[in-house]
Amino acid sequence: MIAEALSILRIAFRALARNKVRSALTALGVIIGVASVIAMIALGSGARAAIDEQIQSTGTNVVFVSAGSHNRPGAAHGGMGSVQTLTLEDATAIREQVPTVAYLTPVVRGRAQVIAGSQNWNTSIEGADESYLTIRNWPLADGENLSPRDVLLADKVCLLGDTVARTLFPGEDPVGQVLRVKNLPFRVIGVLSPKGQGQWGQDQDDVVVAPYTTIQRKLLGITFIHQIMISATRSDAVERTAVDVTHLLRQRHRTSGPEDDDFSVRTVEEMAETRSQLAQTMSGLLMSVASVSLLVGGIGIMNIMLVSVTERTREIGLRMAVGARTRDILSQFLTEAVSLSVLGGVAGIVLGVAVSAALTRVLGWPTMITAGAILVAFVFAAAVGIFFGYYPARKAADLDPIDALRYE
Amino acid sequence: MAPLIQTVGLRKDYRVGDVIVPALRGVDLEVAGGGFVSVVGASGSGKSTLMNILGLLDQPTGGRYLLSGEDVSALDRDRRATLRNRTIGFVFQSFNLLARTSALENVELPLLYDGTHATAADRHRRARALLEAVGLGSRVDHTPAQLSGGQQQRVAIARALVTGPRLLLADEPTGNLDSRTSIEIMEILQRLNRDDGLTVVLITHEHDIAEYGERNVVFRDGRVVDDQPVSRRRDASAELQALPAPEEAA
Ligand SMILES: Nc1ncnc2c1ncn2[C@@H]1O[C@H](COP(=O)(O)OP(=O)(O)OP(=O)(O)O)[C@@H](O)[C@H]1O
Ligand SMILES: [Mg+2]
Repeated sequence: MIAEALSILRIAFRALARNKVRSALTALGVIIGVASVIAMIALGSGARAAIDEQIQSTGTNVVFVSAGSHNRPGAAHGGMGSVQTLTLEDATAIREQVPTVAYLTPVVRGRAQVIAGSQNWNTSIEGADESYLTIRNWPLADGENLSPRDVLLADKVCLLGDTVARTLFPGEDPVGQVLRVKNLPFRVIGVLSPKGQGQWGQDQDDVVVAPYTTIQRKLLGITFIHQIMISATRSDAVERTAVDVTHLLRQRHRTSGPEDDDFSVRTVEEMAETRSQLAQTMSGLLMSVASVSLLVGGIGIMNIMLVSVTERTREIGLRMAVGARTRDILSQFLTEAVSLSVLGGVAGIVLGVAVSAALTRVLGWPTMITAGAILVAFVFAAAVGIFFGYYPARKAADLDPIDALRYE
Repeated sequence: MAPLIQTVGLRKDYRVGDVIVPALRGVDLEVAGGGFVSVVGASGSGKSTLMNILGLLDQPTGGRYLLSGEDVSALDRDRRATLRNRTIGFVFQSFNLLARTSALENVELPLLYDGTHATAADRHRRARALLEAVGLGSRVDHTPAQLSGGQQQRVAIARALVTGPRLLLADEPTGNLDSRTSIEIMEILQRLNRDDGLTVVLITHEHDIAEYGERNVVFRDGRVVDDQPVSRRRDASAELQALPAPEEAA
């Protein structure tokens, strides 16, 4: 059985090798189609993995409330602007009135020059309370977390991100050391574990975390807050929380809807959405390239196989004369068509992997090649061969032996 | 014992548009196992039509065809293919070898379809033995383009015999060959018939070639008009020895 299959394969490969250029050109459509399938799936899985990672690194079940609205660009993202619409009272109200809130922290942000000994570094400052690390799913590497007391008393203590710790205190233990932020001395009480790149490629470890009270009063001189970071009790309560928070803030701010809201509420899933939509658009594009190429490739295979059947009519007649049955001829030509498309498929897989690597390298889009993607591409290629090879093979198998033998 | 071939009122009509062309008009023919029958007749008399039906490549429009006593007039395609593979070997005027394929692989071709799943080594061995029997032991790797017409026809004979059939059907096997090469081919057919008991039906329109057979059937307009033993049968082997040696050995 295996020997028989091998000899059928050998005949097919020999026939294809006889017209190498023709076979290669015929396979081109399948090559491009399969490469697109691979790139499409790689992009999809890459985006999904990146989103999962982003959700993971932002914190699970997280809802952000930012000052400023969606409709006023520049004000919404990160709350770095001077929009003063979000207050501590808002935060307290949310904590007290929305039942699905598990943790909550006010957040204020700024950038500042930090100095330790002879080292000097410009970094971002996050002011928050002791829940910040829990919400963001961010373990300490060393030392301890901010305490409620630190927040209450506006102590000048801080936690360092991994990058800041390594830059300011190379080869030293930062815990217990003192650094200066705008000439104010802060005592380092903990170091955060490394988190890596964020959604837009920024270094999340380039940060100093301190009590928001300290940052508000001693560094920025403000009373409002930039953001409220919330984690919901369960993952299926995230949407509910966002809705409740929105209602509550609309009441408090006397706004009526998205048009005049002076705040924005977003879940981490929503933030990831933008990115997944980009990937989906690209995937859709590749999908259409893939289906058109596979269709054209399949028609090309059908065409060449029909030519081949005509060219080899006498050979078919002879094979029949010496005992080939209908299914022998059918399987011979079907094997040839499938070999052609599968060879094209293999080349397409190689090309697709290269294209995916290029997408990541040149455009920075995350891609991920999975065994499943390769299997799907392979199955597609084989299916194209079977589907478009069947008609020519059937035509060959149904030839009349005498007509075929006499064919000029 | 039943004759190997028996036809009873065999008819074949071809339909060309609205016209019906009768190619065989009631052929009664018997060929005993081990016989060597020559079929002669003018062009268009129906010889090839008969051979195609005897070879199970085609089906009669009427009458019956019994092969080894079994009625095979109405077998389906695949049953006929299997019977062709096992019991019938063909030799054609135009050789019909696969181009760009070695003599050895051409001879092996029927073994791909004999359902025994012989190993490649086994197929090689059997094909090589037959090529040696037809004097081409030193040409096994040659492709048809690298062989003379006579050598190609010998490859075709080896191919026809590789599955060990009882019946060899040869339609104008010497039609494309010169006279010396024709005698060489006839020598092989006579030898196979004499030594191995192979039944041979030889179709030709050359009367001198027909005389290598033991019996001569004459066709005219789709009918057998004469059927007689050959009175002075030619012996190809003796003739070859009498001829001067060829300039180049096979
Ligand atoms: N496929 C066909 N369609 C229509 N008519 C055919 C077909 N094949 C053969 N014929 C006709 O049948 C008759 C017998 O043809 P056949 O080929 O058997 O003759 P033949 O004796 O082999 O001739 P030749 O010696 O030239 O080979 C001829 O009149 C031919 O025109
Ligand atoms: Mg003829």
